Amino acid sequence: MGNIIELKNVTKKFGGITALNKASLHVGAGEIVGLIGDNGAGKSTLIKTLVGVYSPDEGEILIRDRKVSSWTALKAREAGIETVFQDRALCPQQSIVWNIFMGKELTYPFGFVREKEQINEANRLIREIGFTSKLINADSPVGNLSGGERQGVAIARAIYNNAELIILDEPTNALSLNETQKVFDFVKNVKKSNRSVLFIGHNIYHVYDISDRFVVLDRGEVVHQLTKNDVASPEELMKIMRDTIVQH
Amino acid sequence: MKKESSVINKIFHKNGRAFGSMGYFIILMLIFLIGAPEAWLRPNLHQSVFVMMPTLIFLVIPLVFLVASGEIDLSFASTYALAAYIFSILVKSGIDPAVAILAGVISGAVVGALVGALIVYGRLSSLVASLGVLFLLRGLILVLTESRSITMMDELENHWVYHLLVGNFYGFPMQMIWALAFVIFSYYLFNKHVFGIHIHHVGDNYVSAEQMGINVKAVKIKAFMFVGLGAGIAGIFTTLITYSFFPTQGFGYLLLALAAVFVGGTPYWGGLGTIAGAVFGVGVIAYMEVGVIAVGMSGVWRQFFNGLIILLALLGHRLHGDRVR
Repeated sequence: MGNIIELKNVTKKFGGITALNKASLHVGAGEIVGLIGDNGAGKSTLIKTLVGVYSPDEGEILIRDRKVSSWTALKAREAGIETVFQDRALCPQQSIVWNIFMGKELTYPFGFVREKEQINEANRLIREIGFTSKLINADSPVGNLSGGERQGVAIARAIYNNAELIILDEPTNALSLNETQKVFDFVKNVKKSNRSVLFIGHNIYHVYDISDRFVVLDRGEVVHQLTKNDVASPEELMKIMRDTIVQH
Repeated sequence: MKKESSVINKIFHKNGRAFGSMGYFIILMLIFLIGAPEAWLRPNLHQSVFVMMPTLIFLVIPLVFLVASGEIDLSFASTYALAAYIFSILVKSGIDPAVAILAGVISGAVVGALVGALIVYGRLSSLVASLGVLFLLRGLILVLTESRSITMMDELENHWVYHLLVGNFYGFPMQMIWALAFVIFSYYLFNKHVFGIHIHHVGDNYVSAEQMGINVKAVKIKAFMFVGLGAGIAGIFTTLITYSFFPTQGFGYLLLALAAVFVGGTPYWGGLGTIAGAVFGVGVIAYMEVGVIAVGMSGVWRQFFNGLIILLALLGHRLHGDRVR
């Protein structure tokens, strides 16, 4: 199983502040990696470097084990890396199908939309990702959906955009237990299709439950890379984190 | 999170706002029919509505696009006169009316695009900036014409383009057919075309639209341009019907057209709109204008009833709920 993306010893500085210090991270195919760290640990700098918004000052970026020279947002999307941001970038008054195809509509010549194709594809996508309710279909307005389900629509859109790696930025933030479970189910379905997920969060319990592997970030440095076998429980993961932060 | 399952319920649910406006239209017609059946069954009453309705439709339908995109425009009432003025001076200078019509309509679209660009790139409030343009253009027209009208009876009366656009088709006014074609075209543009879909996204959440690669500025400018185009068409149709241009032309339509948009069920907050609803909104406003007199009331009551129906319609449309976030 090769890596979809790998960062090697990446450093990023803003003025005098080192946001990332020789950080290394890799995500393999069909893997769910949890990225944990406190506020200010450098999570968002790391994501923005991954998706090509920031270019690193030092270090290497490898896509499918090949080194890339200049890393841009466009190249990241071409490489199949899609981000679902916290606000999910949805239009709640519009239907699921319009949201999935937003900005990338399937059209005939002269710009009229291929409605049937879009609806079939949207229905297929939301079933694939795990929408089971008969009350929800491609025509349902996103505003009728719960927070977890809206996350699902955003993930389905990322899959439609041929994502190989989906970066979820705090996807369970402010969600109830029930809704969090829905998001987990969506993420598991993404994994089933051999796509990868980078799951970012500061709720250790959520990250522990869903991830195969954990990357702990502290003050710009990757302080731990652990697999689920290394850690018996979320409590242990939390203890490891606390200890390193104290040492630092 | 309830949702009706039967097909009829679904259609009703999806088009609730349009059906609401249709309801207001039917109620208004019934009131007038009961109030003054003999006046209501006279065809000349409806004919005068048929003169007004197409003009309002050309103004109101593009406004639905613009309001759904989260903006508003007032300048269209002056763009209307500017397009009519350009048409009139071209006709007076001996240019073929068909060419002059084209020039007038294009000038309307150009003015609309310029207003849009000013608002979008200048990051101005569309309400206030278009108010400025409304006065500016009207002032310009008054200065250029020295407040004088232009009559074009001889040039237009027997021209083929007159008969094609505003002539009679077996007793039915041609402008209604063109207005109908415009409505059908706009319906598809709004609901089935990338432009209309992007209008919805931009008005709903422009940050999301931008993140997903939609050119928000271009979409908004195109919406303003469409309003200018509609205003140009409206101005020229009215000028053709009356054979004359007068410098205050179109001013009376400013508030009526805006009223028709909102009575028609398009909410002010953006992201939603209804073309079919707007047509019924136009019907309500146009029939209100003639209906009050037809039922035997004094014309001074007209504005009072216009106001009343706007408020009742807004309260009725509240049943369709608030903005979903």
